[in-house]
Amino acid sequence: MRNPVADQVVNMKPSGIRKFFDIVNEMSDAISLGVGEPDFDTPWHIRDEGIYSLEKGKTFYTSNSGLLELREEICKYLDRRFSVKYDPKSEVIITVGGSEAIDVGLRAMINPGVGEEVLIPQPSYVSYEPCAILAGAKPVIIELKNENDFRLTAQELLDAITDKTKVLVLPFPNNPTGAILEKSDLEAIAKVCIEKDIYVMSDEIYAELSYKDDHVSIASIPGMKERTILINGFSKSYAMTGWRLGYACGPKVIIEQMTKIHQYAIMCAPTTSQYAAVEAIKNGDDDVKEMREAYNQRRRFLVNAFKEMNLPCFEPFGAFYIFPCIAEFGMTSEEFCTRFLMEEKVAVVPGSAFGDCGEGFIRISYAYSIENLKLAIGKLKVFVERLRAAK
Amino acid sequence: MNDTRLKILTFIEKNSRVDLKELAVILGVDEATVVAELAAMEADGIICGYHTIIDWDKTAAEKVSAMIEVRVTPQRGKGFDDIAERIYKYPEVTSVYLMSGSFDLMVMLEGRTLKEVSSFVTDKLSTLDTVISTQTNFILKKYKDHGTILEKKYEDERMMVTP
Repeated sequence: MRNPVADQVVNMKPSGIRKFFDIVNEMSDAISLGVGEPDFDTPWHIRDEGIYSLEKGKTFYTSNSGLLELREEICKYLDRRFSVKYDPKSEVIITVGGSEAIDVGLRAMINPGVGEEVLIPQPSYVSYEPCAILAGAKPVIIELKNENDFRLTAQELLDAITDKTKVLVLPFPNNPTGAILEKSDLEAIAKVCIEKDIYVMSDEIYAELSYKDDHVSIASIPGMKERTILINGFSKSYAMTGWRLGYACGPKVIIEQMTKIHQYAIMCAPTTSQYAAVEAIKNGDDDVKEMREAYNQRRRFLVNAFKEMNLPCFEPFGAFYIFPCIAEFGMTSEEFCTRFLMEEKVAVVPGSAFGDCGEGFIRISYAYSIENLKLAIGKLKVFVERLRAAK
Repeated sequence: MNDTRLKILTFIEKNSRVDLKELAVILGVDEATVVAELAAMEADGIICGYHTIIDWDKTAAEKVSAMIEVRVTPQRGKGFDDIAERIYKYPEVTSVYLMSGSFDLMVMLEGRTLKEVSSFVTDKLSTLDTVISTQTNFILKKYKDHGTILEKKYEDERMMVTP
């Protein structure tokens, strides 16, 4: 019998720590600091709008690019929050989460199999590399450094660019490190992108969770809008992960092609979610502010806890993750996390899940109540002290 | 009101037992400031007390609470203040609010038995000169009190680990 599955897919490594994930998800009595989604429920007025749309029988397909009203509200929002202007009719597409936008965006831009390169800074979210491979690109990893607070520098970018480079994935605020890029960082990166004529896929799903100043979008830097796909969504800022709703904005030529793929693969994003999202983006600013403040309190709590524990860690200013270094214990991240899980029953994620350069770090999520964090961090302290005593 | 005060109040409204050193870390201000602001707000009567939310139904204690809608005749020059004061001085009265709408004062009452509450209303409240009428509503079950859900415990339904 012929091999029923494609080599390209078989050869794609399953997320390196699948085994670890499987163990954790079966341990029901463990405390977890391992999730990548908000602990808040979707604010009630948003859920209510979803329910109302169902009551009214709004259960049909929307247009491929999504409800026009939602696209209009997204454009108003992006202008109001980040000073980028898009045309709702031709420069926006509503997708099934930010994830679909990453996939479709890369497929729309890459000529498969001819060696076009996609630059992926790591540590970063797990799906950029596989999506680039599936799109037929050659992923090229840029290893971000702890000493730069895991920011991407213009020099690092320059060093990675070849004449095959087409797209830079820009994942900031970053999962798993919590790193951000500020305006000056972005301006330096933008200069390189313009000079070298490369496109940017800017994944700004955590834009609203920036704790230093307001997030700056690279698309707002002169000369960048025409070479940027801005990806955002409702999951993190409005605690709407299960609704699966995101969007991409960019030059008409790219959005047009993305819409084609989206049309054949997906048809349209879930209608109920789109109606709920209209409410979120129109009337949800206060919810976002309130949740951001709660995350920021937890962030300060953790930064202080790690300082007291003497575990080296740069201060993260974005998303809801903190990325301490555990290299001193002479174990791999996965060993550290497995032992911590077995001995103290707390689940955190090995940094190596987010790229080889995440080795030596662990990702701790603070999408948990302070009480929960306190309990888990207390256990981490006990664990760390035991390891240090044994040395 | 300054931003720090607002942040302190918002936090301790939900959790007044927080350690002050920890509160300072969480809010990103120094501990001395937190201590000073709390003292100042206590002195100014902005912070009026620190209470505990108790679900008495889960204890063996006998407790009955009622909300009583009271209509009164306001007095010249004093409005409702004097009559409100007359009422709130009774220790069994837990809250008194001046209301808009079809009645004037909302009086919350706690007693040990139905009878105790009823006799307070008939003997003490209704007999006050300025009280025109009362309507007593007994509380059957408390689902949520002071922003806290009493019934269900929060359960985290998320997966243990997600990328």
